[in-house]
Amino acid sequence: MISKLELLKSSPYFSGLGSDELEAISRFVFEKSYNNRAIIVLEGETAEALYFVASGVVKVFKTSPDGKEQTLAIIRPQETFNEVPIFDGDVNPASVQAMTEVLLYGIRSRDMGNILHTYQLVAINVIKIMAGRLRHLLALVEDLSFRHVIGRVAKILLEHAVDGTSAGPRLTQRDMAAMAGTAREVVSRSLKNLEKDGFIKIDRQRIIIKDREALSNIVSPLFETKVTDG
Amino acid sequence: MMPQIDEEKCDGCGLCVSVCLNNGLVIVNGVVARVEGVDCDWCTQCEIVCATGAICCPFEIVIER
Repeated sequence: MISKLELLKSSPYFSGLGSDELEAISRFVFEKSYNNRAIIVLEGETAEALYFVASGVVKVFKTSPDGKEQTLAIIRPQETFNEVPIFDGDVNPASVQAMTEVLLYGIRSRDMGNILHTYQLVAINVIKIMAGRLRHLLALVEDLSFRHVIGRVAKILLEHAVDGTSAGPRLTQRDMAAMAGTAREVVSRSLKNLEKDGFIKIDRQRIIIKDREALSNIVSPLFETKVTDG
Repeated sequence: MMPQIDEEKCDGCGLCVSVCLNNGLVIVNGVVARVEGVDCDWCTQCEIVCATGAICCPFEIVIER
């Protein structure tokens, strides 16, 4: 497991700082561990700290009022989460759940404020990191809002489907995302929606097209016009 | 049927092992390997957490007859 000091050294937040400065900052770092599936951060609640994943993996997600979940990011070891509420002082904009047993290192909000005031380089690093986060989220917003990704996913399914008498190509959700020019999370959501509508059925490693005509209708330009106009 | 593994891409981080609900994956000599006899639910969590693209869960797409 990575030590607090090693984690600070490898973090882009503290890039460019010397050993003495990292040592000083490490005194602010606390540890917290969570069981698999535990909710670490709840959307709408007051933020406590900036977290670094020391071991394990967590997902950042939002939940709609009708219970639909949209994964925003997967956070792996040495990556961070909870930046937004720590720096703007508002509530958590999303929830975070452990996908494994997780060990986190955290820096409390007020301590992070002190660090920013003391080390100008950290403030510059924060701006770079936040710009990267913004770029990622803008791409996700674009996909979710403006593009008819579901139509493109439907097209991919139809183009790669076989009738069951011969072996066809096998596609991962990552493959489909690359083909559709979108994020894997968006493909996952599109597949769930198509299944909910009864057009496909996901049966372990098989995606069964149950209503070919309905999928074709989603793909058709007429559908895209309706969506654009509506 | 088990997820496909590209040993050359695997950095042995073990995240896929820790998310597998069926204990179907294990790290052997620094790379992930399948546990023989374990059935996979195809939840794709291992693929989701893999940062290097070393493990994947491809789907066969078939038209219902």
